[in-house]
Amino acid sequence: MRYAMAIDTRKCVGCSDCVVACQTENNVPIGFCRDWVTETVDGTYPNVSIELRSERCNHCDNSPCVRCCPTGASHIEDGGIVLVTPHKCIGCGACIQACPYEARYSHPDGYVDKCTFCIHRVRKGEDPACVAVCPTKCMYFGDLEDPNSEIVNVLKNRKFKALAPEAGTKPQIFYLT
Amino acid sequence: MKTRRDFIKISALGIGATAVTVGAAKAVLGSSLFGNENASETETFRRVPTYCEVCFWKCAAWAHVTKEGKIQKIIGNDDDPQCNGRLCPRGTGGVGMFSDPDRLKTPLMRVIKDGKQTYREASWDEALGFIASKMKDIKAKHGSESMALFFHGSSGNHFSHLMKAYGTTNLAAPSFAQCRGPRDVGFDATFGESVSSPEVTDIRDTKCLVLIGSHIGENMHNGQVQEMSEAIDKGAVIITVDPRLSTAASKSKFWLPIKPSTDIALLLAWIHVLIYDELYNKEYVSNYAEGFDELKELVKLFTPEWAYGITTLKPDLIRNTAREIANAAPSVIIHPGRHAAWYGDDVQRTRAIAILNALLGSWGNRGGLFFKEGIKLPEFPHPDYPTPAWSWKELSNGKYPLANEAITNTVIEASIPSEGKEARIKGWIVSGTNLIASIPLKDELEKAMQSLELLVVVDTMPMEITGYADVVLPECTYLERYDDIRATAHREPTLCLRMPAVEPLNETKPAWWIAKQLGERLGLGAYYNYTEYSEVLDWQLKQVGSSLDEMKRIGVKKLERKTSPYITEGTTHTFKTASGKIQLYSHEFAEAGFDAMPVYTPHPEPEDGFYRLIYGRAPMHTFSRTANNPNLVALMPENSVWVNPQVAKIWGIKKNQYVWLKNQDGAVSMFPVKVRLTERIRWDSVYIVHGFGHHHKPLKFAYGRGVNDTELITKVMVDPIMGGTGMRGNFITFLTVDPGKESES
Repeated sequence: MRYAMAIDTRKCVGCSDCVVACQTENNVPIGFCRDWVTETVDGTYPNVSIELRSERCNHCDNSPCVRCCPTGASHIEDGGIVLVTPHKCIGCGACIQACPYEARYSHPDGYVDKCTFCIHRVRKGEDPACVAVCPTKCMYFGDLEDPNSEIVNVLKNRKFKALAPEAGTKPQIFYLT
Repeated sequence: MKTRRDFIKISALGIGATAVTVGAAKAVLGSSLFGNENASETETFRRVPTYCEVCFWKCAAWAHVTKEGKIQKIIGNDDDPQCNGRLCPRGTGGVGMFSDPDRLKTPLMRVIKDGKQTYREASWDEALGFIASKMKDIKAKHGSESMALFFHGSSGNHFSHLMKAYGTTNLAAPSFAQCRGPRDVGFDATFGESVSSPEVTDIRDTKCLVLIGSHIGENMHNGQVQEMSEAIDKGAVIITVDPRLSTAASKSKFWLPIKPSTDIALLLAWIHVLIYDELYNKEYVSNYAEGFDELKELVKLFTPEWAYGITTLKPDLIRNTAREIANAAPSVIIHPGRHAAWYGDDVQRTRAIAILNALLGSWGNRGGLFFKEGIKLPEFPHPDYPTPAWSWKELSNGKYPLANEAITNTVIEASIPSEGKEARIKGWIVSGTNLIASIPLKDELEKAMQSLELLVVVDTMPMEITGYADVVLPECTYLERYDDIRATAHREPTLCLRMPAVEPLNETKPAWWIAKQLGERLGLGAYYNYTEYSEVLDWQLKQVGSSLDEMKRIGVKKLERKTSPYITEGTTHTFKTASGKIQLYSHEFAEAGFDAMPVYTPHPEPEDGFYRLIYGRAPMHTFSRTANNPNLVALMPENSVWVNPQVAKIWGIKKNQYVWLKNQDGAVSMFPVKVRLTERIRWDSVYIVHGFGHHHKPLKFAYGRGVNDTELITKVMVDPIMGGTGMRGNFITFLTVDPGKESES
């Protein structure tokens, strides 16, 4: 089992619904977020293009945040989901520095927090909150080892990229272009 | 300045110190055996049906309530065709409408204390008693017609009923004259009906979607956003006409970066190509339309070459897109747009859009515009409304003959006395609309409010308009109340229930209760023959084979269509115009003294150093009403002014620098706004998102953030056909030094 996400940049409108849904699902304190939207603009008027991306923890295969954690709070769950155990976390912030995606933040309660792929929902057979809410249905979540999954299907049929591949972290969020 | 109504800042009074504790609950970590999971894993929720009130789309949803009575989240109802189980960011962030700590908490009454006007807290009984006695007084002195209602949203229904029972039909919504009115009148004149809300656009099955003045994806009209995405998946061609590379434009095969104010020229050129290259749907036009010969004659000289000089769009681009559009016909939508009050000839522009749809045969065909079907709920029994001696129509003095809804601006003008002449309107109830941000005529609005004998504002938030009220009534949010059943006419008829998820906070009350209490105090008890609003809903639902109990379980009920959404083969369709045919040439317009077919007229251009002010929407905010919602402020705390880098270079303006904006009449923005340097906009225009720049300090999260476009819209081009206020004829320049305006407020 290897959970991953594919996000279709042709459909995303950058509305940030994924961000709010994550907040209300996961009690993320206002002012912080586990996912966010970026926009890149290319070209000059009138030959301009933009790309909108919903970004979050890449649940990397080769995750520097887990390697550098002194207490073992950052760890990898079944399916490759990278998690933080709050009561083991001392809030040192080493993982925040190590992450090339700036996906982690210090929670006001003294531990480091980040995207969990909504593991509590996934265990019940539901999609993560961001995927379930997206009005454009631009996100696909699933198991890369299941040949019949939608995510395997879209990755087979579409061009895609990952962010900062040069960091060598083997990220598991793919952007369909 | 001494005025009848000093603007009172509610915060200055230390009123409503009761903190909202709900929503501030700390994250519960619960059984974090596995990691940073959260409360919702172990939590069991009570699910309460509602429909969203953060915008007019009114998506059906479930409010998820914890045992402690906290609204944890709001999730779309899977059975609702308007959202398909997926709310937009505003609907998801609707929890913030409830948990906003700055909400109004108790009724407030204007009093004079130590020679100064101020508000004091009042009981509901006192506040309502005062309003009722004033309304009785106004009725006795000036007639019931001299009361007016300004409204937006679901609460408006309850106050409309009250006002009609009281004896006035002066019920004005800014959504008509400031927004969708020109479009509705334009389509009505052409097809005999408007495109409704939610619009009857068959986007999910279209082969070609043309957006001209619509930025789907930034305007988060949920069903349309969802369907546009579906259309992208199916390979539909999108063509976007916009001076700005909107989100939708960035997903389009063709982006036409038109010079603003010239849309009619492009539309006429497209009509020219369709007719003279014989690309139009001949069968449909001969079966269903009237006035083709006149139209053909009209557009004879309106070639793409003619339009090029006006729109700055190359003739080839105009021809190619016309062909692309024709190839997809009749599965094509020239989108009617929604906010259409731009240049004062907006009905005619929308007519041109309607005519294009007619030439392509889109209305009545899959992938074009469909025929809606709905279900009408019978009204709960009440006595007939009294017939008022006069209505809003009389206020226009023969102008705007084709307005089919009350025009806010004429009601406002009629509230101002003129030399020796008394104003005809003497009192207002304002429900759910912050007129300060929605009405562009600031001076008239101020004069009118200073002349009224009674101004009541009903709102959930201390919006700017509350500062002018004699009485402020705190309404509870949509999550705390019953409202009318949402009975939607669309692809299929649907019914949808809103019921309270939690008890109203503080002293807030639902609009139905406020209106009923006022009605009873006005001696109109016969119009309120029930104790709880749930009785009304149950009675109505039972008339159509459902019940309140059933709706509480399911939230949304879909009903079967009885007619086809499309023209079926072998049948003919009768449009709802007088002749039953689509009016390419409008006799109605000709008889009223207007152009029977749209023509292009040039509009004023910015002078040197000025740029056209274009405004629009952001997906995470609804007008000014969400500007203080803590969840949504976190996503977008302020607006920015979009400036092309070439323009910024001339002015020496840097990225993210704050500037003030000044318009052609010298109006200066109260607050500075951040500059967003972007290649996504033309050199002759700037763009800002509407709804920011609040100057009312009780709106803690919204105060002073960004710029309010309405304060820069001092020039309004009124549509002679229906009174719409065209707002895109304003030009701004940049001030890099603080003009010191903020201290005035």
